[in-house]
Amino acid sequence: MSFKVVKPGLLTSLQDLGRYGYQKYGVIVSGAMDPVSLRLANLLVGNDEDEAALELTLVGPSLIVEQDALLAVTGGDMSPKVNGQPLPMWRPVYVRKGSHLQFGACKAGSRAYVAVAGGYDVPVVMGSKSTYLRAGIGGYQGRALAEGDVIAWKPSAGRAAEYREQWARKLKGVSSDYISTDWHTGRGFHPHEGGDAVIRVTRGSQFEYFAPGSRQQFYEKSFQVSTQSDRMGYRLTGPELTLAEPLEMISEAVIPGTVQVPPDGNPIILMADRQTAGGYPRIAQVAVVDIPVVAQIKPGRRLRFREITVNEAEKLYIQREQQIQQMKAGILVNMKQGV
Amino acid sequence: MREAELKGRDQIEIYPYGESAVRIEFGKGIDPEINRKVRALTANLESEPFPGMIECVSAFTSVTVFYDLLAVRNMASPLSESQSAYEIVSDLVRERAAGMATEASGQARTVEIPVCYGGSFGPDLAYVAEHNKLTPSEVIDIHTSGEYLVYMIGFAPGFPFLGGMSERIATPRRSSPRLSIPAGSVGIAGKQTGVYPIVTPGGWQLIGSTPLALFRPEDHPPSLLQAGDVVKFRAITPAQYEEFRGGRI
Repeated sequence: MSFKVVKPGLLTSLQDLGRYGYQKYGVIVSGAMDPVSLRLANLLVGNDEDEAALELTLVGPSLIVEQDALLAVTGGDMSPKVNGQPLPMWRPVYVRKGSHLQFGACKAGSRAYVAVAGGYDVPVVMGSKSTYLRAGIGGYQGRALAEGDVIAWKPSAGRAAEYREQWARKLKGVSSDYISTDWHTGRGFHPHEGGDAVIRVTRGSQFEYFAPGSRQQFYEKSFQVSTQSDRMGYRLTGPELTLAEPLEMISEAVIPGTVQVPPDGNPIILMADRQTAGGYPRIAQVAVVDIPVVAQIKPGRRLRFREITVNEAEKLYIQREQQIQQMKAGILVNMKQGV
Repeated sequence: MREAELKGRDQIEIYPYGESAVRIEFGKGIDPEINRKVRALTANLESEPFPGMIECVSAFTSVTVFYDLLAVRNMASPLSESQSAYEIVSDLVRERAAGMATEASGQARTVEIPVCYGGSFGPDLAYVAEHNKLTPSEVIDIHTSGEYLVYMIGFAPGFPFLGGMSERIATPRRSSPRLSIPAGSVGIAGKQTGVYPIVTPGGWQLIGSTPLALFRPEDHPPSLLQAGDVVKFRAITPAQYEEFRGGRI
């Protein structure tokens, strides 16, 4: 049960919800850049939502499906195809053995996720299957996928196994290379593609230390996402942000979505592969609910920041988790009714 | 009441770190006493994590506590329904900080790190000596005679931020950073000294190399060093370096 990698894509790696508990040893969290798309992909194939999936970046891979596979593709739209036929996203899909699963360049968003029922069969390192690219651990041999790799998955158990059986029976009766459902989760957490993305932030610890003009411009002007952005951080260009006076900073923990400003005045939004500690002034902190939005912004596009309170951020988070719970329940009901 | 309570206690500041973490600060500046309090609170929280706590990351002057806000709110009594997760965690952490043992607990662990200095192991040793008007062997003597406190681990997996280096061997970073520094390199940057656990680019002046693995992903913990340890460097010969290589001490 495996995918054979024909073309690896720009940066395709295995990621789950991250490697927590080891930051005090300098081990970074890693994990999916867009955790919501990862969770939904897993739920759609009957996996636990924190199982690992393939994370595709900007240009996706080309894979041979070596055995029948129940999979789901979520996140950015890379025009997935099975033997040339468009493959619908945000729903379970059962693909026939020997099919060619191909992804192109991202039309919308930046990252897509491919989950497979049973989960990928790679070792759990320090509690996680996420690939820690720089240290060469976790994921598939500690690295991004390369041509010729064979990425195995585990036999499905529990719910994933039930789903698989249903689908296998159904596929027997048809001649097409895959079957899918009419229902889907929708792309509810996907960023809008028109205009500037609006990113909600709470106040950073050093916000008050920035010059009044910089504090104002941070919220009033838009910033462009630089092409040097990666899994470690999104580098932004826009109005130069300066401190009111020099500030002595000592290294401290940083978290996902921390917006820090190095001396060149261009802010960086720290993402999944950030270091565990940083020493630049922090102007803002991206709300957890908007992390997936940032993760899906394409380099070259623009964003704006809008300030909210910690209380509002908590409420948004609770609402989002309720929505995900509803989707989870909906997927269960739909799956029970059969395909 | 709370104001009065705080008097006579350690001054701590608690800040929200978005909606998923809080940062507790024990003071400003790189100071062993402040760092000891940081480690005491970290130890307290780790030995008895509160429901919803994910992990603690200690730094020079602060502890950052990551939490799952739904789990934190679920544990709160109905009375505190209007309280935010941030308020619940802040109160809890403040209480822990007030009640924790503040006196130094036992002897710090001392970890000896064997280093082969100079030559191809430390290509910048001669420069560091020249910069400080010393001989290379004087630099080695000064570097090996120090006791270095591990303030925190960060920057790279297993990388110790060490305090206590003699200013007599302080040397500015290289003007152009190396693209790749081998794992095990021992370097100096300004008044800091450190050991690179994995291959990274960097601008440190390299004075030697250790055969010890500082990052051990298969072990628990995965880092040779932990915050609070005391590090001593010991000079070894190239032959001893080869002997040690891959070995565990």
